[in-house]
Amino acid sequence: MKDFSRRSFIKIAGGAAAATAVGFPAILNAAGSKKVVVVGGGVGGATAAKYIRMADSSIDVTLIEPNTEYYTCFLSNEVLGGSREMSSIRVGYDGLRAHGVNVVHDMVTTIDGGKVKTAGGKTFEYDRCVVAPGISFKNNIEGYDEAAQEAMPHAWKAGPQTVNLRKQLTAMKDGDVFVIAPPPNPFRCPPGPYERACQVAGYLKKHKPKSKVLILDKKDKFSKMGLFTQAFDRHYKGLIEFVPAKASGGGVASVDAGAGTLKLGNGDTVKAGVANVIPAQQAGTVALKNGLATKGWCPIDGKTFESTLVPNVHVIGDASVAKPLPKSGYAANSEAKVCAAAIVDLLNGREPGAPSLVNTCYSVAADGDAFSVAMVYDLKNGKLSKVKGSGGLTPKDSSMATRAREQQYAYSWFENIKRDSWG
Amino acid sequence: MGYKKKLLVTVFGAFAAAGSMQVQAEPSAAMLANTCAGCHGTDGKSVGPASPNLAGMSEAYFIDTMLAFKSGDRQSTIMGRIAKGYTEGQIESMAGFFASKPVYMASQKLDAKQAKAGAKSYDKACSKCHDENGGLPDDDSGILAGQWLPYLQYSMEDFAGGHRDQPKKMKKAVKKLSDDELQAVLTFFASQK
Repeated sequence: MKDFSRRSFIKIAGGAAAATAVGFPAILNAAGSKKVVVVGGGVGGATAAKYIRMADSSIDVTLIEPNTEYYTCFLSNEVLGGSREMSSIRVGYDGLRAHGVNVVHDMVTTIDGGKVKTAGGKTFEYDRCVVAPGISFKNNIEGYDEAAQEAMPHAWKAGPQTVNLRKQLTAMKDGDVFVIAPPPNPFRCPPGPYERACQVAGYLKKHKPKSKVLILDKKDKFSKMGLFTQAFDRHYKGLIEFVPAKASGGGVASVDAGAGTLKLGNGDTVKAGVANVIPAQQAGTVALKNGLATKGWCPIDGKTFESTLVPNVHVIGDASVAKPLPKSGYAANSEAKVCAAAIVDLLNGREPGAPSLVNTCYSVAADGDAFSVAMVYDLKNGKLSKVKGSGGLTPKDSSMATRAREQQYAYSWFENIKRDSWG
Repeated sequence: MGYKKKLLVTVFGAFAAAGSMQVQAEPSAAMLANTCAGCHGTDGKSVGPASPNLAGMSEAYFIDTMLAFKSGDRQSTIMGRIAKGYTEGQIESMAGFFASKPVYMASQKLDAKQAKAGAKSYDKACSKCHDENGGLPDDDSGILAGQWLPYLQYSMEDFAGGHRDQPKKMKKAVKKLSDDELQAVLTFFASQK
């Protein structure tokens, strides 16, 4: 069968070669028009593809993503907690197809000299390439190999790992400890591990009151710390314990997946009922392999998100160095729009306009208690910057009525960003 | 590097810097407005359940609202923090973008009986100012037709609690309605298609 599909590929390729007068391997996207290839179908990639098509439908946009379905990381903590189904965090690619995006399910291997090549043996030409590969994991924890990833799932890419962790939580014995080992900075979704602690504790409160969540952090401080500490105290007293890096000799140093134990930097060993180990992070593999990263992350020009290392290739989302923007879904969506507008301008021979970006990030700590952080960004003297006076956190002393509204706005954000990104 | 070359680089660098300082161009209306879509939907068409549609909103209402968020005159959960990030000119620019979009009426699950009952209260108390069943993007009022029900409810709570300026006429009109009638009229607005 493999040979057969290979042969039919050559046949199709041969036809295309005759039509476009290019040699083998044939270029699979349209000839003549300006071409953009988007690598990765998460929030950033999907949004970029859609917004390029919305702004200029004469541009041929191909999005290449291995999976036919994507699970959003945002609100996946509610799946762990049990208040949300996997189906609600699942999105497909028909919305993008309706915008005229050519969606190809394949794995990109190389991005070079105007051509993207895939593991499936296909080649796509580009005038501009958008790389939105998300994150990959570093080996910063001894013993956290592939088998350990199943035994102690990170669930930091939503999907099977989320289902696995949820199963482990529901199967856990009342009285056992649920360990969360958050990564060092920088990482995807800075408030995520702490929202997760709340969601898991919410489940324990109802179903396993003798258990608790133990956060063994690689850091001493974390995002929205004041608000989370308040929520731990308000809703989950005695159910969540936070151990800063300074109290454990730098958090989890190694794991023994078979024994279900974690060894801390200070030599102590912790026995977990369930261990959620989240390793240190870097840009997605395809970015690392194609020379787009230095020190694990991809430097970009804040005006266009074009890589400062590889011309005509843009990097958006978690993989890019877009400080002071965080590695969040909203930021990826916002960066994608800046990148899309710049590419449309560049392909039409215009100077890209000034960018404007927003980040909004909600955390649902309990039913009726959600809070947010927001910020507006622009470009000052060539650098992405916070707009002075804007943004900030939900006030700690805000009323529960405000917190309840924030939860409804969090769900509105969720529905809207899914639709805005994937069409 | 020789002295002359160094000087040349420095002078050139200074020119380049001056050049880039001058090019502090404003972001386009679409660039500004598209940042709202993460919560308010593509082109301001919100798919709910609570953030309001912005599509088709009148420029005057959009500007007034954003300035009230920015100054704190209108209380909010998050909008005050976001509105502070924009100049008046940028807010005007976004207003133009959303006003140019067709009014979007959301499809939502509502109590049909309540919506029907609300039509009477609409005639009694609201129709004078909120023309066309709340669907006219008039200067001083938001679009109520097809607006998300939780948003309409929050708005009435804010008016009642003094967290948002309420026109005297409206205060008087709302007083005429019982709590049930008020809920019904909000459902009536939300049910418009």
